[in-house]
Amino acid sequence: MKEKSGLIVKVSGPLVVAENIPGAKMYEMVYVGTKRLFGEIIEVKKNLSSIQVYEDTSGIGPGEPVYSTGTALSVELGPGLIGSIYDGIQRPLDVLMAKYGDFVVRGLFEPPLDRTKNWLFNPIVNKGDFLKGGDFIAEVDETPLVKHKIIVPSGMEGTILMIASQGEYKVEDVIAKIETKNGIQDLTLFHKWPVRIPRPVKRRVPPDELLVTGQRVIDSFFPIAKGGTACVPGPFGSGKTVVQHQLSKWANADIIIFVGCGERGNEMTDVLMEFPELKDPRTGRPLMERTVLIANTSNMPVAAREASVFTGITIAEYYRDMGYSVALMADSTSRWAEAMREMSGRLEEMPGEEGYPAYLASRISSFYERAGKVVLMGREKKEASLSVIGAVSPPGGDLSDPVVQGTLRTVRVFWSLDDSLAYARHFPAIYWLKSYSLYLDSLAEFYKEKMGKDWVDLRVKAMSILRKESELQEMVRLVGIDTLSPNDRVVLETARSIREDFLQQNAFMAEDTFTSLKKQYRMMKLIGLFDRRAHDSLNKGVELDNIISLPVRVEISRAKLIPNDELERFDKIEEDINKSFVNLLEEVKNG
Amino acid sequence: MAKEYITTRQIAGPLIIVEHVEKATYNEIVDIKAPDGSLRRGQILEVNGDRALIQVFEGTSGLNLGETKVRFEGRGIEIGVSPSILGRIFDGSGRPIDGAPQIIPEKRLDINGNPINPYARDYPAEFIQTGISSIDGLNTLVRGQKLPIFSGSGLPHAELAAQIARQAKVLGAEEKFAVVFAAMGITFEEANYFIQNFRESGALERSVIFLNLGGDPVIERIATPRFGLTVAEYLAFELGMHVLAILTDMTNYCEALREISAARKEVPGRRGYPGYMYTDLATIYERAGRIKGKTGSITQIPILTMPEDDKTHPIPDLTGYITEGQIFLSRTLFQQGLYPPIDVLPSLSRLKDKGIGKGKTREDHSDVLNQLFAAYARGRESRELVTVLGESALTKTDLIFVRFADEFENRFVRQGIEENRTIEQTLDVGWELLSMIPVEELKRIRPQFIDKYLSKYIKKGTVQNAS
Repeated sequence: MKEKSGLIVKVSGPLVVAENIPGAKMYEMVYVGTKRLFGEIIEVKKNLSSIQVYEDTSGIGPGEPVYSTGTALSVELGPGLIGSIYDGIQRPLDVLMAKYGDFVVRGLFEPPLDRTKNWLFNPIVNKGDFLKGGDFIAEVDETPLVKHKIIVPSGMEGTILMIASQGEYKVEDVIAKIETKNGIQDLTLFHKWPVRIPRPVKRRVPPDELLVTGQRVIDSFFPIAKGGTACVPGPFGSGKTVVQHQLSKWANADIIIFVGCGERGNEMTDVLMEFPELKDPRTGRPLMERTVLIANTSNMPVAAREASVFTGITIAEYYRDMGYSVALMADSTSRWAEAMREMSGRLEEMPGEEGYPAYLASRISSFYERAGKVVLMGREKKEASLSVIGAVSPPGGDLSDPVVQGTLRTVRVFWSLDDSLAYARHFPAIYWLKSYSLYLDSLAEFYKEKMGKDWVDLRVKAMSILRKESELQEMVRLVGIDTLSPNDRVVLETARSIREDFLQQNAFMAEDTFTSLKKQYRMMKLIGLFDRRAHDSLNKGVELDNIISLPVRVEISRAKLIPNDELERFDKIEEDINKSFVNLLEEVKNG
Repeated sequence: MAKEYITTRQIAGPLIIVEHVEKATYNEIVDIKAPDGSLRRGQILEVNGDRALIQVFEGTSGLNLGETKVRFEGRGIEIGVSPSILGRIFDGSGRPIDGAPQIIPEKRLDINGNPINPYARDYPAEFIQTGISSIDGLNTLVRGQKLPIFSGSGLPHAELAAQIARQAKVLGAEEKFAVVFAAMGITFEEANYFIQNFRESGALERSVIFLNLGGDPVIERIATPRFGLTVAEYLAFELGMHVLAILTDMTNYCEALREISAARKEVPGRRGYPGYMYTDLATIYERAGRIKGKTGSITQIPILTMPEDDKTHPIPDLTGYITEGQIFLSRTLFQQGLYPPIDVLPSLSRLKDKGIGKGKTREDHSDVLNQLFAAYARGRESRELVTVLGESALTKTDLIFVRFADEFENRFVRQGIEENRTIEQTLDVGWELLSMIPVEELKRIRPQFIDKYLSKYIKKGTVQNAS
């Protein structure tokens, strides 16, 4: 069969213009040049098609052919995704390395899913069952953590004519036949889905469950719900990537999709080397068994970077459709936006703010809107969630950057990273007075149940102390610390304690890297207890210096090192605090 | 024999447009013969039908329409390499300028290279001892890292980079090393300083040097670092050497990039730099690292001078987003006569955590590092208050931190240009300084390390007094 093709007329970096591609469609995949580089049509004008090419176009020139495929840029969805590492257009990087060496060379193609691997297949429907799109027909053991559901593609409905019996099958094997109105359809273990089209759901519901991350400042102060959206903007060196890594390690989602979009190669290596070693705190299995990595590093072709977040979120939606709670981390969406800007510039579109295309904000929001807690398709009512957490890298840390502003308009949680905190090695450098979460109210019930009835009050109190601290510090800066009342001095001390003993968390210290909700509650209670007793004793005549120099404060500061399963040790510290103050009061009484 | 075209139709800035071209391809290299007979090189930036847009490395002065002859080479820019490349000096376009004959290439490599497959990378985790406390102790460099020096005009970045090149070593290992030095638009004196330094330390015969000096063609600077890094990749991943690549000055590189972008009338990004500068810089910086199963490595130290010492300027800003940290030089410290004038607070090494600790440096390293940072940050903040309000405005503890900050700068950061401290010495100075601080304020250090290390330095009685 002769392939349909057109001819290249212009090459400018990643943009190629070709003429006379038969039946050229928007977002159609094409192969460019005799080297057959991947590309996607992004503009059609009369007989000219503009193509963004996902690989380096050096050595490509006018007169070479462009082959059309007739299909949109799609990903393969099926067993074998978990534990894989793909580039922005779902080429398996591990297979490429094994076959072609340590550098990514152009024009290579390998199927994303291993065609030769056998999967253990367990049918869960019978011949004659009537099924709709979204129903599960079988389970495949993908990893010990993930039961992969084989789903009837959306839009299809009909009666099962054949279903394969339990046994081992490869991804291309036909495992079911369905009789639909339009004839008999074969189902294999995998199918394809175009990345730019969201997978359908029945409806969306408001998120009401906490995505537990084990990061104190996040879980306690600025939480994200399962199915929620969050963004982490910050200048370089403020710890965006560490926050993203921590979340992908410890968040209690079933599946993690990590998209390294235009970032450092070594960061992906870090994830690749660490995740197989790290154990999921809930199941004890390696974290890699629930993770999919998309790596399009900064030096890889810029157009594939644009595609990488869509590739990632489509895979995420696929696992959501199996009923899992999925979390997607995108690091960094600024690089994605810059890729859009570069293509837009080469298309000579009228630029909007800072040279970004005018459709920047709408693209950003349509990406984040693919998150959510949803009711799945299919006959049974099943709920699942997809949370999206995007890092943003604004130039110079300037939050007026169009990407930050476009993102803030759509996301509901804002973790503002601050470089002066990072300089003082206060990590995570999430600045408490600027960050916010709009899920606090919808999660109030959840908190009461999981952490304690008084939790909400404790947190409100802590926040108000931190706010008060910043006012008092202004005053200190103007007139010196001597002018503060002893009670205000205690506020400053408590605030310092909240910052240093609670908010600061060392991601690289085994004892501190993950804090359970119960432990967070106990830690906060300790600080609250000390604060209450300190104010109380001051009013009864105890000297401020005696309170500040109480040795029990060292115990409070070390409480973060108490393991999550030895929380009874907090009882002893509480006792010590109470004792210390009783002693102080007695000294006052005895003169 | 390739065709020669005399169909140049337009000359503007560093760019020429040639028409009626057959079979030109993107990024292809061209030879240009000026009317006076001189030979120049160029590269195709865009082909549109039979029109090719070409950037001329040596500049377009003296070119005209009609007599300028352009020949297309049918390949990208390449450099011939062989083990005998060590010890050689080239100009910014890879032509030898040391008087010795051309090397006989074992193979020719395209200077744009290919991206390392992220899956093939090995995580850098081997501690490099530079002998400089503020780097080893607080912003540890590891093998395969890219750690730029953010400097300003007039600051001693050349001295610092040369000191690192001279002293850097991996503990307990004797391995093949090499230095690749790529100069872009720096002065003759500065380039000479490096070469002299390499000569004195005996590193010259293990170096490969590419020089594009201030007076050399501006557009050539786009190619210079790529020549250097292509050679570095050859030495590291084919000959198994540990390569230290010094690129200076990246600011000049970015300005060349801006010049071309302006000549092409592209939509400018911030401060007139092109929107793709991030991607372009990444194709340079990301060529550092290690590869699984290969002995060699590339450690990159790019140097850039921040215009007006402003780190939010696009050049340092985009660099910081790509590199794995930065060493930040401070004009204030320099004016106080401090060498090296490294401001440790905005400095950072992202890869330090895997390169330090037991078996690599010392078990207490990570805790000491965090505590020194926190204490110095607090001391600096309090010191600012003292200048506004006087000492009486501070608590006793805060005053101790002010003293700590002063001592830290004088004893930890300050050291001689020839002084080569071991990591043990560095950490011990750290502990000695920390002993000034009341023990209950040492919250970042695990208790077992306080017991083991701090006791050496505590003068009798201070613990009781402090608490």
